[in-house]
Amino acid sequence: MKEYAYYPGCSLKGNAKHYEESILPVFKELGLALEEMDDWNCCGATAYFSVNDHMAAAICGRNLSIAEKQGKNIFAPCAGCYLTLKKSNQFLGNGSEEAQKILASLEKANCSYHGQVEVKHPLEVLIQDVGLKTIQSKVQNPLTGLKVACYYGCQLVRPFTEFDDPDYPETLDKVMEAIGAYPVEYSAKTKCCGGSLTGTMQEVGAQLNFVLLKEAKRKGADVIVTICPLCQFNLEIIQDKVARSFQEKFAIPILYFSQLMGLALGLNKYDLGFKRSIIPLDPMWEKIQRGG
Amino acid sequence: MEIQRKIKFEEELARDFLDEIKLMSHCEEIDRCIQCGTCSSSCPMAVYMDHPPRKIIAFIKNGFKEEALKSFTIWLCSSCYTCQVRCPAKIKITDVMYALKRKAIQEKVYPHQFAIPVLAQEMQRMIAKNGRSSELWLILNLYLKSRNPWGLLKMAPTGLALLKTGRMSLKREKIKNTKQLHQILKPPKEEGQ
Repeated sequence: MKEYAYYPGCSLKGNAKHYEESILPVFKELGLALEEMDDWNCCGATAYFSVNDHMAAAICGRNLSIAEKQGKNIFAPCAGCYLTLKKSNQFLGNGSEEAQKILASLEKANCSYHGQVEVKHPLEVLIQDVGLKTIQSKVQNPLTGLKVACYYGCQLVRPFTEFDDPDYPETLDKVMEAIGAYPVEYSAKTKCCGGSLTGTMQEVGAQLNFVLLKEAKRKGADVIVTICPLCQFNLEIIQDKVARSFQEKFAIPILYFSQLMGLALGLNKYDLGFKRSIIPLDPMWEKIQRGG
Repeated sequence: MEIQRKIKFEEELARDFLDEIKLMSHCEEIDRCIQCGTCSSSCPMAVYMDHPPRKIIAFIKNGFKEEALKSFTIWLCSSCYTCQVRCPAKIKITDVMYALKRKAIQEKVYPHQFAIPVLAQEMQRMIAKNGRSSELWLILNLYLKSRNPWGLLKMAPTGLALLKTGRMSLKREKIKNTKQLHQILKPPKEEGQ
């Protein structure tokens, strides 16, 4: 198996520090030490593709080239980075004239790329490389009784869906089950949180996230578990605004799956970034202590 | 009351628009659309759009260039790809929306001061310059360029919460080898060949 180069992307160095703080120790515990890729650049997200798609693929090519030189695959915890890098990887390898031109310009800048890198999301690595059985065998504190709503959002499962279903994915639910938590039947699991629109058009963002929060509440979820920094951010930050717009109060903690995994694997709870939660976590701690 | 003609004459249609968008979106299947509406009914943003996605595809097929490029729809697309994975004609609708965004920027016909195209361009500029995006500076630029100080003020509680939990960095992020990045991004004709 190829080793992985850790590609944090801008979010894990910014508002999603707790994703980084939890994902690295969890994978270390599972036997996969991750080293940060040297001098990576931003993937360009949806913005770059809206302005110039060739250049968007070119800047992703630089990242792919850095990983290729190290003989590694890319490990991208942000669903946005994952999709963007994967999309560009596919484009650069399609043999078209445009792709050849971009590859030539990459080579000229001393970052040649030969299509030898695969881009993976940690959830994919958990399912394909680590395996549910291994996860289960390493659990020290099963999160018995904790009801979780597994939220996949958009860009992890669409449009490249090699390891799960684009409409009703289940891998995260299985991982949560493996650590002893109880995944509720969350029918909104792939409905969009609005992405960056939640920042640019707050009314729209509030409406989209209201549906997600309401469904989680209706199913009795104690927390919503996310796999993407922007989903986590939107669902957490919008709860105030939703309360004002819809006269309904929510106080649902929005956590990264890696934070809960860290707890279950017996890692120190103070090292998993829980202090960065804006929504109070006390009810969740009580529930975990009581065992449901 | 101003009387407006709602129907277009043949000569007013942009006949090459379909081919242009096919090329730009790397999607040959656009004219295979059967107008089933799966895209519009799958779209989480459709309720806010001036024209739902199905209509946008019809615009492209029939040469209604201005209507497609000036719509808010293309900017409201959040790139969730639901329509794209469900389309029975295998039209890469999200990629088509991206192509329309690029075309609208190229022809400068996007709705000005509308925050979404402003954000896309600000972020692109920041990445092209520094190789990374810095959340705080991006947001500040966005509200400045879309002339919306009230919006910035409303973001203050969020900013404070992020600051308190150590999730907001004041640093302007930058990669080490910006020279290499700029070389990659240089348009081919400026290379002096």
